[in-house]
Amino acid sequence: MARVFFSTSLQQLTGGLEECEIEASTVRELFAQLEDRFPGIREQLASAAVAIDGDVVPGALLERLEPGSEVHFLPAISGG
Amino acid sequence: MLNGDEIDFLCNDYQTLLSALRDELGMIGTKEGCGTGDCGACSVILDGQLVCSCLVFAPEVDGRRVETIEGLAEVDHLHPLQDSFLEGAAFQCGVCTPGFLMAAKALLDRNPSPTETEVRYGVAGNLCRCTGYDKIVRSILDAAARMNEPENRKEAP
Amino acid sequence: MTTTRTGYKWVGTRPVRHDGLDKVTGRARFGADYATAGMLHGAVLRSPHPHARILSIDLTEAAAMPGVKAIITGADLPDLSDEFAAGSEGGINFRDLSRNILARDKVLYEGHPVAAVAAVTLRAAQQAAEVIEVEYEILPAVLSLEHAMEDDAPVLHDDLFTLGLDSEPDRPSNISRRRVIARGDLDAGWVEADVVVEREYTTKAVHQGYIEPHAVVAETGEDGRSTLWCSSQGHFAMRTYTTKVLGWEPGDMKVIPAEIGGGFGGKTTIYLEPLAALLSRRAGRAVKMVMTRSEVFRATGPTSGSVMRIKMGARRDGKLVAATAWMAYEAGAFPGSPIGPGVMTVLACYDIPNVLIEGYDVVLNKPKVAAYRAPGAPMAAFAAESVVDELAEKLDMDPIELRLRNAVTEGVRAVYGPKFRKIGFVETLEEARDHPHYAAPLGPWQGRGVASGFWFNFGGETTATVSINEDGTAVVMSGCPDIGGTRAALAQMAAEELGIDVHRIEPVVADTHSIGYNDMTGGSRVAFAVGIAVVDASRRLIKDMCARAALIWDVPAEEVEWVDGRAQSVTDAAAPLTLEELASGSANTGGPLSATVTVNPRGAGAGFSTQICDVEVDPDTGLVTVLRYTVVQDAGRAIHPDYVEGQMQGGAVQGIGWALNEEYIFDRNGVMENPGFLDYRMPVASDLPMIDTVIVEVPNPDHPYGVRGVGETGIIPPMAAVANAVYAATGKRMQDLPMSPVRVLEALSGD
Ligand code: FES
Ligand code: FES
Repeated sequence: MARVFFSTSLQQLTGGLEECEIEASTVRELFAQLEDRFPGIREQLASAAVAIDGDVVPGALLERLEPGSEVHFLPAISGG
Repeated sequence: MLNGDEIDFLCNDYQTLLSALRDELGMIGTKEGCGTGDCGACSVILDGQLVCSCLVFAPEVDGRRVETIEGLAEVDHLHPLQDSFLEGAAFQCGVCTPGFLMAAKALLDRNPSPTETEVRYGVAGNLCRCTGYDKIVRSILDAAARMNEPENRKEAP
Repeated sequence: MTTTRTGYKWVGTRPVRHDGLDKVTGRARFGADYATAGMLHGAVLRSPHPHARILSIDLTEAAAMPGVKAIITGADLPDLSDEFAAGSEGGINFRDLSRNILARDKVLYEGHPVAAVAAVTLRAAQQAAEVIEVEYEILPAVLSLEHAMEDDAPVLHDDLFTLGLDSEPDRPSNISRRRVIARGDLDAGWVEADVVVEREYTTKAVHQGYIEPHAVVAETGEDGRSTLWCSSQGHFAMRTYTTKVLGWEPGDMKVIPAEIGGGFGGKTTIYLEPLAALLSRRAGRAVKMVMTRSEVFRATGPTSGSVMRIKMGARRDGKLVAATAWMAYEAGAFPGSPIGPGVMTVLACYDIPNVLIEGYDVVLNKPKVAAYRAPGAPMAAFAAESVVDELAEKLDMDPIELRLRNAVTEGVRAVYGPKFRKIGFVETLEEARDHPHYAAPLGPWQGRGVASGFWFNFGGETTATVSINEDGTAVVMSGCPDIGGTRAALAQMAAEELGIDVHRIEPVVADTHSIGYNDMTGGSRVAFAVGIAVVDASRRLIKDMCARAALIWDVPAEEVEWVDGRAQSVTDAAAPLTLEELASGSANTGGPLSATVTVNPRGAGAGFSTQICDVEVDPDTGLVTVLRYTVVQDAGRAIHPDYVEGQMQGGAVQGIGWALNEEYIFDRNGVMENPGFLDYRMPVASDLPMIDTVIVEVPNPDHPYGVRGVGETGIIPPMAAVANAVYAATGKRMQDLPMSPVRVLEALSGD
């Protein structure tokens, strides 16, 4: 079970839901399950950065999720 | 006279000294940051005076003495300013460095023991965007101190 | 200055940098220092209008000028559809990038390129550009955020519909996106607050101000393969972007990195590169293009001007209980201001339970903004940290104490979502509080201000190779341009691992055909991410060398260890084998000694800085002079402390310039009035005191030596630190940047 948090912008797609628990062992699986629940969300997530337990994980699709992992979606940041 | 050598070159009458150095003579150590006399990246010493080479027309230097960054070091050792810039980490990107070194040399030639304030005003015509000037000012003061040590003084030109 | 923990031989020391000699002798080759025999020179025709439709372009006369070899306009570039560069939402959209390189149907700012010419001399190219006839239909220009956001404002892009609104917009607008962060219960928060401060702040567009203008030499062959020499923050990205805009294949382009004369984010995108490459293709000769300083100002990225309204409430005991922020950032001519990091960082230093942050990305008829050191964070911190200072005053509490009571720590949930990992914010506050500077006496018209800042930092895709030469020296190869001493830092980490002298290691920045992909030098990533790859490659080499020693000695590999640059037998079975011996004999043990590592690491480690500023205000002229300045910053671990301090000092001084002098000034017609260093006044040595530094080291657990990025955080606190100091000196809150003498005088007389 990963704990997934939705930013205020994403909450437009989740009907205001701020967080939920999802059974997924990788980020890819998580995306698929989110898309099932909230159609259209995957497109939004495609361009976002994924933070797992406080770390932004680049290219995270295949990243494993531990039980209890916290997942956030952030605007991508690169910096100057 | 360029860095002690008698040289001839051809250029257009509208060319600046900066452009003649870089484009005609291949001496790319002198940099262009603005072309309008506002950044000091193109600093050279003309007859002992610090000038922005982007503001000097090339034909004007006929028969005069020009010193550029390429002439600062001796064959087997660096100028004390170059040593202290290296050891004092006085640059990050380094594009302003040739200009600062020439400005600092002109300052120390004129005033061998400047105060911090004199150093700051001495290089006030040179922009550095990377360092915040702290390490540049310290390195110039350090070079002055080195050059003033008795065993070095006789070597100073 | 903190002395770095010992126990390391090279990490934490200050060796002379490897590229130093070239840079003090004028031998280093920067972008404009490349030339090839017979090359052409390029010039750009730029729009004189901030907003106009291009009706026609007539090249006839220009093409007939002597020496002109090729001319291109927007019609010569493929018309791309929306596509974002990997991982840069709200960042680089190739469609916009193409239209910024050469305008297609509209020009959107004064200085917007319309055509480019290559000719045998620069003069000929410039003269030809001048006679290109462009017919414009002038459109009303939008020059301020307020105007751009009005319902009936002229619209720059007919197809731009605001993203992130509660309901689908039914017509185009200049607002490209709205971002919101909300948490807690604001109403309850305000009820709990004993004091509330609400203020509006504005900042102007400012330029990165690197001293080296953009420059490129491009040579495209008859087979369509090309070579680019250019200075940038990342030659791999230059290749990706340039080929994308041209519709070429990345594999057909080699980009050779020049030394870079400063970037600060501004050289993370392309301007001249596709022009030079395409002109070269058309002319069949190499083409060199160099911007003038005026072009750099008028047409390369400044950072956003902004308008921000911040409201914060605190309990009597200093606990911040509620905050709102409304922020609008200028994106320039195309969407993509750093409003994302703006909303995420504005309140990120503090643990506030009830928050609403709303940010807008707004296009207007000014140059498209580019990244600038911690993009989006400094202006936000100016606003938020000014409010915090005012709250401290209202609470009659020391401003550092107020920050300490609310500072985020490990495990606290950041306002933008995730929990912080190990961070050093509290440590920077404590060091600042205990610094002698903080207690030093002040005179009349003098004042002291403090402010803090947060930046994420970044990892990024990385390749590094470490190879051993036959004489036991080593080469450390990366693909990230060295802007401020990263060659030295990488060599130090390799020296530490391999156990050899740092000057027996040559650090190299390799071109796009010589090493695997590397993201840009940006996001304060090189010492962190490339450091991880270099350390890992060194460790693999050591393992390999130990295995080879075991082979030679005919003992199990576990019986060999690496000590001080030598393979030693734990059982003393044989005399140690030095790196040199192993290297020279490598032909017999399996071939050359070399290891390449690729990574895309997580855990860049958040950076925090707290800064103290003393100013003196001249009540007659309004001139603000910085008397003393101290930067306290968490570096995780300083590999080369000189260059860590240099980043802190350089960032702080850029921030001081932003605070006091720098601004883009446009006339009523949208023409930039100060596109030169004379009137766009950056700090010079005589404006400043020494910049003291305190390096705090709270190691980043995700880096073998604990490195956190240090390049960006330093620029975040200065504007608020200066403004708070001006308040302390004068009793006036400065809410608009820059705090130029005129503005300060106005404030002083505004009683
Ligand atoms: S290039 Fe001469 S002063 Fe800037
Ligand atoms: S070191 Fe980069 S401008 Fe001075």
